[in-house]
Amino acid sequence: MSTPRTLFDKLWDAHLVRPESAEAPALLYIDLHLLHEVTSPQAFAELAARGLPVRRPDRHKATLDHSTPTLPPGPEGRRAWATREAEAQVEALRSNCAAHGIELFDWDSGRRGIVHVVGPELGLTQPGMTLVCGDSHTATHGAFGTLAFGIGSSEVAHVLATQCLLQRRPKTLAVTVEGRLPPGCGAKDLILHLIGRIGVDGGTGHVIEYRGPAIEALSMEERMTVCNMSIEAGARAGLIGVDDTTIDWLRGRERVPQGAAFEAAAARWRQWRSDEGACFDREVRIDAGELRPTLSWGTHPGQVLPVDGHLPPAAPETVRALSYMGFEGGQALAGTPVDVVFVGSCTNGRLSDLREAAAVLRGRRVHPRVRMLVVPGSEAVKRAAEAEGIDRIVREAGAEWREAGCSMCIAMNGDVVAPGQLAVSTSNRNFEGRQGKGARTLLASPASAAAAAVAGCVADPRPFLGLGAAPSVPAPAFAHEVDA
Amino acid sequence: MSPFRCLESPIACLPRANIDTDQIIPARFLTTTTREGLGRHAFHDWRYDAEGRPDPDFVLNRPEAAQARILVTGPNFGCGSSREHAPWALLDAGIRAVISAGIADIFRANALKNGLLPIVLPEAVVDTLLAQPRLRLKIDVAKGRVYWPEGESLPFVLDAFSRTCLLEGVDELGYLLSQHEAIAAYERRHEDAAHVV
Ligand code: SF4
Repeated sequence: MSTPRTLFDKLWDAHLVRPESAEAPALLYIDLHLLHEVTSPQAFAELAARGLPVRRPDRHKATLDHSTPTLPPGPEGRRAWATREAEAQVEALRSNCAAHGIELFDWDSGRRGIVHVVGPELGLTQPGMTLVCGDSHTATHGAFGTLAFGIGSSEVAHVLATQCLLQRRPKTLAVTVEGRLPPGCGAKDLILHLIGRIGVDGGTGHVIEYRGPAIEALSMEERMTVCNMSIEAGARAGLIGVDDTTIDWLRGRERVPQGAAFEAAAARWRQWRSDEGACFDREVRIDAGELRPTLSWGTHPGQVLPVDGHLPPAAPETVRALSYMGFEGGQALAGTPVDVVFVGSCTNGRLSDLREAAAVLRGRRVHPRVRMLVVPGSEAVKRAAEAEGIDRIVREAGAEWREAGCSMCIAMNGDVVAPGQLAVSTSNRNFEGRQGKGARTLLASPASAAAAAVAGCVADPRPFLGLGAAPSVPAPAFAHEVDA
Repeated sequence: MSPFRCLESPIACLPRANIDTDQIIPARFLTTTTREGLGRHAFHDWRYDAEGRPDPDFVLNRPEAAQARILVTGPNFGCGSSREHAPWALLDAGIRAVISAGIADIFRANALKNGLLPIVLPEAVVDTLLAQPRLRLKIDVAKGRVYWPEGESLPFVLDAFSRTCLLEGVDELGYLLSQHEAIAAYERRHEDAAHVV
């Protein structure tokens, strides 16, 4: 019998054009490359400078997301560009795609959205593939048993020109999640908790495979949330083996084979799992049962706390983060006043995330102090959410309902948290200034974010979801006027 | 890319852990379509005050840092996004090597592709460097060693391929293009293995 192999081993071996040698890294074939406007212009310029064509235009798909405004166009079709440069960048991708015959999910194509939301929802992301994108959250696609990782712009040029990358084999880390997530805790709480456990460099040099009963019980959208933040632990990629949940989610998607061809593909896809007894370089075990709703408190995603926790005392490794955040060591996290709430991004901008936020917002009002933005991850997510009335719940609560895009996650598109403001965000990075210069970010699940919006401060989302005691919302004197 | 064999320079010290790519180059400067000119935005939000004036206390604004080509920093440098704008900004600001006890994977790969040398040294060594901000170091790429003024030296890990690329100033794309036959053969073997439409 052959040696049991991990999912990563299988994916890696299947895509080797040339194995690693003493002289050169491995030559890895890339099945699918996704592009967006920010990291691609320099790559196309490199091709132009060398007179090179795109080797396989059919294996590249592009979308517009990072620098796109999320306000609808004005009366003359004018969009609210943050800068002229941002507009030029989007135009550059449109013309580069046209020149090279690359399919672009353009404005109002009905398919545009955040690159890591549209790949899976169109069924472009499929098990057994190698998939890259000039974006570190490419790990999201690993939820499908796909080896997916972020690359820089030079590598974007490499894939465009040769469909290959030079790569060194990473190590493997198994994260086994036992037990079940308690009610009111979701994938975001789980991944924040894990990063807190292993640290922001805990996965450096590794590809993480998430497995165990709590992972198997997650929906595909939740699995994407988990894989998405692998990079926040420093990992090259995140992976989850294929099972019925994967296959059921893919069936009927626009770009997967249909009918009998789908069943044949599904049978092949099922091989993309780790074999029983496969060896990993490292293993970490956590018990999902221990989890409570979790938020970040500092300036990197490893500085996390349960919502009812207290900040660590001031110490050499915390003092800078405490001072940037304007927090005292030892203070309680819950009750901290909040200025902005952002629900969206490739971590939590899918339909189930918007439903989770809407479940908290339904029949309630956003606190008058708080500005809340809800931004669907794609045009398709927006359509689906509107079909079930989520946009109405969001608007009636006093929050803004926007067009699809990265929005406040990266704050290069006009959606910015002002200096000093405290935001509770469902995105993935709380680095200094990530959501705008001087902005302070707490990362949280959609339910925790929405609870903070209603309460006007960091709050346990469980009571808002009908779990446990009734929520303590501010006295009516502070509330907006409620629409009749 | 120009060849990179030896470098001798004073060091600039940034004694912070987990310096992420949003600090190296904030996202609002990523709307450019070229690689050039990002140096003035390197560490922008640490370097300039609210009015855009350079903060005289920030290490890279101090006169002695003007000549520094080597940046010494805390562990897990370059974590965060895959933006190659981070090494472009550092290079444009004159930095040719980064010394840290840990360097994030994607940043490391991006740096090497642009002739910025990532050097990982033991944490205790980096800590002593961080305490001597005026030190001059010499880096020999062919030997894979960092030299102190007194002649002491320490090795650093650099794979053979990256070393050759640095020493000869060649980039990976040229090598990849030379593998055309092997790539075409792979494609013939796997024509329908992955379904992309
Ligand atoms: S939503 Fe945020 S993390 Fe995701 S791709 Fe956009 S900018 Fe990057």
